[in-house]
Amino acid sequence: MSAALEVQALNKGFTLHLQGGIGFQVLKSEALVVMPGECVALTGPSGAGKSTLMRCLQGNYGADAGRIMLAHRGGLADLAAADARLVREIRRETLGYVSQFLRVIPRVSARDVVAEPLIDRGMDPEAARERATALLTRLNLPPRLHGLPPATFSGGEQQRVNLARGFAPDYPILLLDEPTASLDAANREVVVALIQEAKSRGAALVGIFHDIEVRDRVADRLHQVLPLEEAA
Amino acid sequence: MNAITPRNAPGNTPEHAYNFAYLDEATKRMIRRAILKAIAIPGHQIPFGAREMPLPYGWGTGGIQVTAAILGPRDVLKVIDQGADDTTNAVSIRRFFARVANVETTTRTAEATIIQTRHRIPERPLTEGQVMVFQVPMPEPLFRLEPRLAETRRLHALGDYSLAQVRLYEDIARQGESGSAYNHPVMVGGRYLMSPSPIPGFDNPKLHNSPALMLFGAGREKKIYAVPPYTEVRSLDFEDHPFKPMRAPQCCSACGSATSYLDEIVADDQGGRIFVCSDTDHCAETQGQ
Amino acid sequence: MSAPLLEAARLQLRFGAVRALDGVDIEIFPGEVVAIVGESGSGKSTLLRVLAGAMNAEAGTVLYRDAEGEAHDVHALTEAGRRKLMRSDWGFVHQNARDGLRMGISAGGNVGERLMAAGDRNYAHIRAEAAEWMARVEMDPARIDEPPKNFSGGMQQRLQIARCLVTSPRLVFMDEPTGGLDVSVQARLLDLIRGLVSQLGLAVFFVTHDIAAARLLAHRIVVMRHGRIVEEGLADRVLDDPRHAYTQLLVSSVLAA
Repeated sequence: MSAALEVQALNKGFTLHLQGGIGFQVLKSEALVVMPGECVALTGPSGAGKSTLMRCLQGNYGADAGRIMLAHRGGLADLAAADARLVREIRRETLGYVSQFLRVIPRVSARDVVAEPLIDRGMDPEAARERATALLTRLNLPPRLHGLPPATFSGGEQQRVNLARGFAPDYPILLLDEPTASLDAANREVVVALIQEAKSRGAALVGIFHDIEVRDRVADRLHQVLPLEEAA
Repeated sequence: MNAITPRNAPGNTPEHAYNFAYLDEATKRMIRRAILKAIAIPGHQIPFGAREMPLPYGWGTGGIQVTAAILGPRDVLKVIDQGADDTTNAVSIRRFFARVANVETTTRTAEATIIQTRHRIPERPLTEGQVMVFQVPMPEPLFRLEPRLAETRRLHALGDYSLAQVRLYEDIARQGESGSAYNHPVMVGGRYLMSPSPIPGFDNPKLHNSPALMLFGAGREKKIYAVPPYTEVRSLDFEDHPFKPMRAPQCCSACGSATSYLDEIVADDQGGRIFVCSDTDHCAETQGQ
Repeated sequence: MSAPLLEAARLQLRFGAVRALDGVDIEIFPGEVVAIVGESGSGKSTLLRVLAGAMNAEAGTVLYRDAEGEAHDVHALTEAGRRKLMRSDWGFVHQNARDGLRMGISAGGNVGERLMAAGDRNYAHIRAEAAEWMARVEMDPARIDEPPKNFSGGMQQRLQIARCLVTSPRLVFMDEPTGGLDVSVQARLLDLIRGLVSQLGLAVFFVTHDIAAARLLAHRIVVMRHGRIVEEGLADRVLDDPRHAYTQLLVSSVLAA
């Protein structure tokens, strides 16, 4: 079986032009392979570059060198070299992402926030909203909130909208950045179940989990991201 | 060079202080060139070097120059103002040409070879060989919609008349019907939008496929344009609000005509009103029958 | 993937000693929203005008591919051809509603004009379409006969957008569409534009100095400075991982909401 996601010799650094052009390296020759149906947890001390790696995997940060190969549309696509349009296509069809924070869009209801990626993938809007409602209900978001824009929701409620949006389309690859950070025990169980279901349908998952218990229940493997010594 | 003698050849001028038909031959030639060009491009405005005429702007200086340029000694001239042959302006212009060109004048539409007009086209159908000369105050049909003349020229060049259509839309939206009882714009030969001069919409259909030549002269604006005989002339409208020529739903109190265009006249001190034909020749003819 | 809808190469333009455009290459694909950001004088509005054929560059080409896939050199088009494009395939939303609307004509007439220009001569149909588009941009269709001056700035912008979209364009140019509006009005307008763009699958070039607006609307961001593109790419990447010093300055100058 071939990998769903393979990172090869990935380098990532930053140059801060506003601070006299100082540069520092965060990732160097990073390598990672994730198979379909596998969940890999990123570990390492804070500041080591877990989040940076995660953002590179999502295409949010650009790679300086190396390749990020994804199984996409029956072939392989290199996210590190993809242009803006290809990244959008990969995000629409292949690569899901649940961040810690919800980027709120004014006036769009929670239900539509969740349904949007489904509609973008060509699902009928009615069916998409039904699926969104079902997921929000499963994540215990009170029905009276489904039609409201999430701007005024609590952190936990926003996080659940975010999770629903990430899990609604069955992405072949799913990135999870602290998916259970502000959830209570009951909702944590729902998330664990969602992750297990994603794995059993063959999704490849990469996550950062601060909750060790959740991490150990869902992760098949740990991947250490270590801080680099001195930088350029 | 001249195998035939032009009908307006100089030499038989009655008033020796003036050339035949008042204008000098070079000016007449310049105006005729503009007229020929106008006939060649139906509905398109041709600039010409309008001269000062012995009457004020707004009294027909454009029409009078066109008439002077085409008038020959054998022509029979009719001049109407608001359909009538006996108003001051009509009488003055007729007398002017009788004096400076010694041409025969008439009030009978059927007899005239040239009819200079303001506001009307005669009721009697025109025939081949007749020439209508319209006095035009504002030749530019887009004038009220686009104040920049350079831009209106561009719109004509591009055949972009959506603005005029928008004006029509606005009229219908505001008052349920097209607002222009007079000077309702027409498309000539499917190409140029043209002001028919301030004739009532009732007369617009008479421009379409007319056997007569229609010449339009604007003195102050220095433009000449034309509709050659048998040219398609369509009033601007919408499919679902077709252009309707309007007339007062009365009969003429003098001749009883139920089809002619009527003027409303206050007849007595009690404010009583009567309707009479605006075309005096037509009215007299109908009464005589 | 499909070919670009509009493609510009090596655009050059000087205003006296100022380089307004200095070797600009840019393209847009069907359904793509591209924000052109930069400070005043960076050349972004000039670029928009050159792309839309409203201004000529001294050198370089702008190619537009029509629905049949045929490429047209925008600057070699006759004026008739360019105007036809401008009122059928393209739309332009100006920062100042006065530049994009006829202030003496009713809202319905403003929206209907493009239909009439495209040859529609059915009054009832034109009126129904105008009312429908007023509703789609969240204006009250009952105000169809009011002139633009009766409407607020935000509503005038909506009217401009309705006027552009009524002929189902494929490419819309927007020059600071929310500039000069109150912040709350801006947010609602951006939201409306975002919804319409995704429903209609429009390609949009929009010029803004508002980074938040670019993040909300754009798929791709082009950063301009001194007539050059200094950075360009995926919208969230340009904003979250800016490479060029100028982009870093631009992004860091934004107050976090």
